[in-house]
Amino acid sequence: MTRTGAWSFRSPSPLPGWGLSLGVTVTLLSLVVLLPVGALVVRAAGIGPAELWATIGSERVLAALLLSFRAALIAALFNLVFGLALAWVLVRYEFPGRKLVDAMVDLPFALPTAVAGIALTALYAPNGALGGPIQDLFGVRVAYTEVGIWIALVFVGLPFVVRTVQPVIAEIEQEVEEASATLGASRTTTWRRVILPMLTPALLTGFALSLARAVGEYGSVIFIAGNLPFKTEIAPLLIVIRLEEFDYDGAVAIAVAMLAISFVLLLLINLIQVWSRRHTAGA
Amino acid sequence: MADMTVSTSALGPATRAARYRRCTDEPRWLRWTVTIVVLALLAVLVLIPLGSVFVEALRDGLAMAVESLGDRDAMAAIRLTLIVAAVAVPLNALFGVAAAWALTKFQWRGKAVLLTLIDLPFSVSPVVAGLCIILLFGANSSLGGWLVANGHPIVFAVPGIILATMFITFPFVARELVPLMTEQGKSEEEAALTLGASGWRMFFTVTLPNIKWALLYGVLLCNARAMGEFGAVAVVSGKIRGVTATMPIMIEMLYNEYLSVAAFSMAAVLTLLALVTLTLKTLLEWRYADQLAASGGRH
Repeated sequence: MTRTGAWSFRSPSPLPGWGLSLGVTVTLLSLVVLLPVGALVVRAAGIGPAELWATIGSERVLAALLLSFRAALIAALFNLVFGLALAWVLVRYEFPGRKLVDAMVDLPFALPTAVAGIALTALYAPNGALGGPIQDLFGVRVAYTEVGIWIALVFVGLPFVVRTVQPVIAEIEQEVEEASATLGASRTTTWRRVILPMLTPALLTGFALSLARAVGEYGSVIFIAGNLPFKTEIAPLLIVIRLEEFDYDGAVAIAVAMLAISFVLLLLINLIQVWSRRHTAGA
Repeated sequence: MADMTVSTSALGPATRAARYRRCTDEPRWLRWTVTIVVLALLAVLVLIPLGSVFVEALRDGLAMAVESLGDRDAMAAIRLTLIVAAVAVPLNALFGVAAAWALTKFQWRGKAVLLTLIDLPFSVSPVVAGLCIILLFGANSSLGGWLVANGHPIVFAVPGIILATMFITFPFVARELVPLMTEQGKSEEEAALTLGASGWRMFFTVTLPNIKWALLYGVLLCNARAMGEFGAVAVVSGKIRGVTATMPIMIEMLYNEYLSVAAFSMAAVLTLLALVTLTLKTLLEWRYADQLAASGGRH
């Protein structure tokens, strides 16, 4: 293929459909995603930083943001450990019904969040099949407390870590583990020094996806949360409340805060990702 | 303990080798403990909630459950959900194919930007997505005001619900196709052109057969999410019973009115849809694993 001038937007290709495919892509992307998101940015810019800050700084908004991110972090951390264990069990261990369990992992993706929400609430409510016994045994109320929010967020974020780590585990060549054992490493040492470093990038990706999903989650949480201001009121719900009051500026301020914090968190995870890759490559 | 009984029974005709574990295995007790804990958690978090949907729906018998679905507003909600999916899913499939074609068959600057923008809906809360649509098309915005004045309201009407659904499900098809088509390259298409095929003929006889299973896979996931979307739709729908209430919205309204059987009956319909989706998805993965993208990190 001949190269044209020093700078060209696109290398020449004999295939047709460039204009049509890019046209359809850009048109739909703009109409469905870019223009609406742009409207949010424009509106936020119109409100101005001082006003935005004042809204975000109000006690109720701060409490909601703190709750949303704290619960999302707890759920994502739980899913990190649980997801790793589940992925390992699914790839390495033999037990009856393994394929069925494997298929079941995707259920939180396929089940509508509102359905998950009412199902978890019915189950974990004080008079529910699991909520009652848990309260009697451990004295912990699940539904209508922050614990309920954790459960809902663990549910929606469950498949992310499993599905990102599982293929990486499947690709580990067991010779590497054998070599480690031959060189005198215990199984624990092999896990710590050989297996975990190989899984770290996938684990972090799964963690980030699970976290991003949990921060914005609405449908499954609002039923089980109880939605008490300052206590169990998540940030997305507060946006909905502001919209119902026609306080659009208030809603925009919370949305901007959520997007900004999510962005910083995901950036941090990406930096750890880069650092860990360099670290493993250098080792 | 369950793990003890299993380990002793497995030792039955103990050969010497069987008693030693391979160096790539965890100790037996640990394997069984982890397996049991993980499966128990999965049961408590996923399987039992799934079952409870049907238990709650059938609390007053099958007849009551079916009757609640025959209600006029319930039927309207089912119809609306089908309409929304029927518009949003094909449009997203069209977008997915177009985006994958532009991204994988041509070398150009800005690919990374486009890929990032396609993934944007994954990192935006559904509620924020709905808010964005209200800001752009709501009666208070200049564009929305003009549309309402001309008799085409978007927000609190069906077009807004379709837009919100498309926003949330936007990356699904493209995400499946891009890795697969990158892997397939473009030599087969070039051969078709050399042999004199027209552009569309090349697409329908070479490209489409190559990507059909991955396309179906993406459409399946897109459809499941489209029919179940709640957060974004809740913000833009206005929740007008019988007019802008989709099935998930209807579930919320019924649940909040303490009409538990009706709410869970509708939830059971969506759960069945989710189970059918999962079954088809699993079948596709077993049968056509090689023709789906080599995308391990699929989500």
